[in-house]
Amino acid sequence: MTEGQQLKVIGTETEFGISVLNQSDFNPVAASSSLVNSYAGKRARIKWSFDEESPGRDARGFGFDLTPTFDMESGLVNVVLGNGARFYVDHAHPEYSSPECVHPREAALYDKAGEYVLTRAIENAQRSLGEGQRFLVHKNNSDGKGNSYGAHENYLISRAIPFGQIVQHMTAFFVTRQIFTGSGKVGSENGRPEVEYQITQRADFFEEEVGLETTLKRPIINTRDEPHADPAKYRRLHVIIGDANLSEVQTFLKLGSTVAVLYALEEEALPEALVMADPVSAVWQVSHDPSLQTLVKFADGRTMSALEAQWQYLEWVGKHMSESDRGEMFTDLLRLWEEVLTDLELDPIRTADRLDWTAKLRILQGYRERDGLQWNDPKLRLLDLQYHDVDQTRGLYNRLAAGGRMKRLFSEEEIQTAVRRPPDDTRAFFRGECVARFGDSLVAANWDSLVFDIGEEALRRVPMMEPLRGGKDRVGELLDRVDTPAELLRALGGDND
Amino acid sequence: MTDREHKQTQPRESETEEVAAEVVAEDQSEVLTDRIDDILDEIDTVLEENAEEFVKNYVQKGGQ
Repeated sequence: MTEGQQLKVIGTETEFGISVLNQSDFNPVAASSSLVNSYAGKRARIKWSFDEESPGRDARGFGFDLTPTFDMESGLVNVVLGNGARFYVDHAHPEYSSPECVHPREAALYDKAGEYVLTRAIENAQRSLGEGQRFLVHKNNSDGKGNSYGAHENYLISRAIPFGQIVQHMTAFFVTRQIFTGSGKVGSENGRPEVEYQITQRADFFEEEVGLETTLKRPIINTRDEPHADPAKYRRLHVIIGDANLSEVQTFLKLGSTVAVLYALEEEALPEALVMADPVSAVWQVSHDPSLQTLVKFADGRTMSALEAQWQYLEWVGKHMSESDRGEMFTDLLRLWEEVLTDLELDPIRTADRLDWTAKLRILQGYRERDGLQWNDPKLRLLDLQYHDVDQTRGLYNRLAAGGRMKRLFSEEEIQTAVRRPPDDTRAFFRGECVARFGDSLVAANWDSLVFDIGEEALRRVPMMEPLRGGKDRVGELLDRVDTPAELLRALGGDND
Repeated sequence: MTDREHKQTQPRESETEEVAAEVVAEDQSEVLTDRIDDILDEIDTVLEENAEEFVKNYVQKGGQ
């Protein structure tokens, strides 16, 4: 990094699909709670303090109050993990929000760690079920019946960028990156035209260009502006248009390419804005064409395929990155981006070892040919679903990966470590370490503060408003030096870390 | 930018490279075809029973 370039804080949130097989009185909230509680153990009593949360804050500047939809009771089913992540129940789904990371590769690792948190929770909770029953947890975004749930990405960006520029530059990027962010889906939903197979899980659910909603009339650019940091300095770009990915390579490409475009935007290195004539229709039109031939209309009259638009972004970003040293990881990222676009152009199925939508398509085509199945055969829908099962044995992605048929980025050991330990470079380090070392004295935790009870009359709150402070280099030694939370607080002097 | 101009900006610098890419393409697709039957056999052993019932019962609450 050259001087003055801010590291970009990123994180992902995943709402997992949940069912219990053979349970007639299945209740998704109860089942999700059971999973979170079983993982949490004694840590379940650390509350998530909601006082700083304001989901109604709007990036466009006309913030209004939303009545909180969360129930304070949800403090019972909410846990802060030793890796700095949050694991809780949201909208009748178990949700894992990764700790804050500063590199897309690391963010992809902590996203993958979330799947392992879920499988461990399932193991622990299984004994609460009756005979013949079992938890089914899917890292997907749709039930195929018109119900969608999210996999969100968060990028902390400079407050200095006018919101209008984000809309202008990022909309076409988000619409066209679907060709490498999709996890694939049989059929269509939500009143969209019929299709046999499409690239993404989520495209059918996008109905607006810009908006604050996340559960209905979902927008391409979401305006939820809740930086969990100094709002004068930072804005959170809350991206809701991605799919949950199983492929590690794909998650890295999704996060990395987006970060790279955001750097170029912040540093005014995007020479022009690609403005689509009708981005909302383009979302499903791109997704509904696995042959990648569809041409999208732009406001200036041009037409371009999603692939061509992505080549353009890659060219701009590649040029920008080559002019400033961003480190090896971004060199790897640019190479991967180029390889994936090249292969998609030659024949999308060539990416079946890196992208979920083509890996899944390859399985579906195989079954169609071997068993003579029509696209509306329930077996294909089952294969579609089961691709996303987080279970190591039954999940089809996991079978492919175990058999060496998906390229991996991370070793088992790396993932297991990420389940237990926080990333080094953000305040997630301090959060995770405090949970692991002093969890008994923590009464509440959230993204930007920790609240300790050290037996004094008043609770002690440690604010962490700067996400890039609180990493190992700043507090690692201090944490090693103290034996009790009281010592820790004394050493911190009650100030910010 | 027209499509033609755009193609020229793509990172394939010579005809030789393009030919090489095509050869790799063939090799890879052979490998992919070879292994697909094995994958399907393996999936058969773990696929949930009664696809129609399973898919019918898979209903989620909407989320974010």
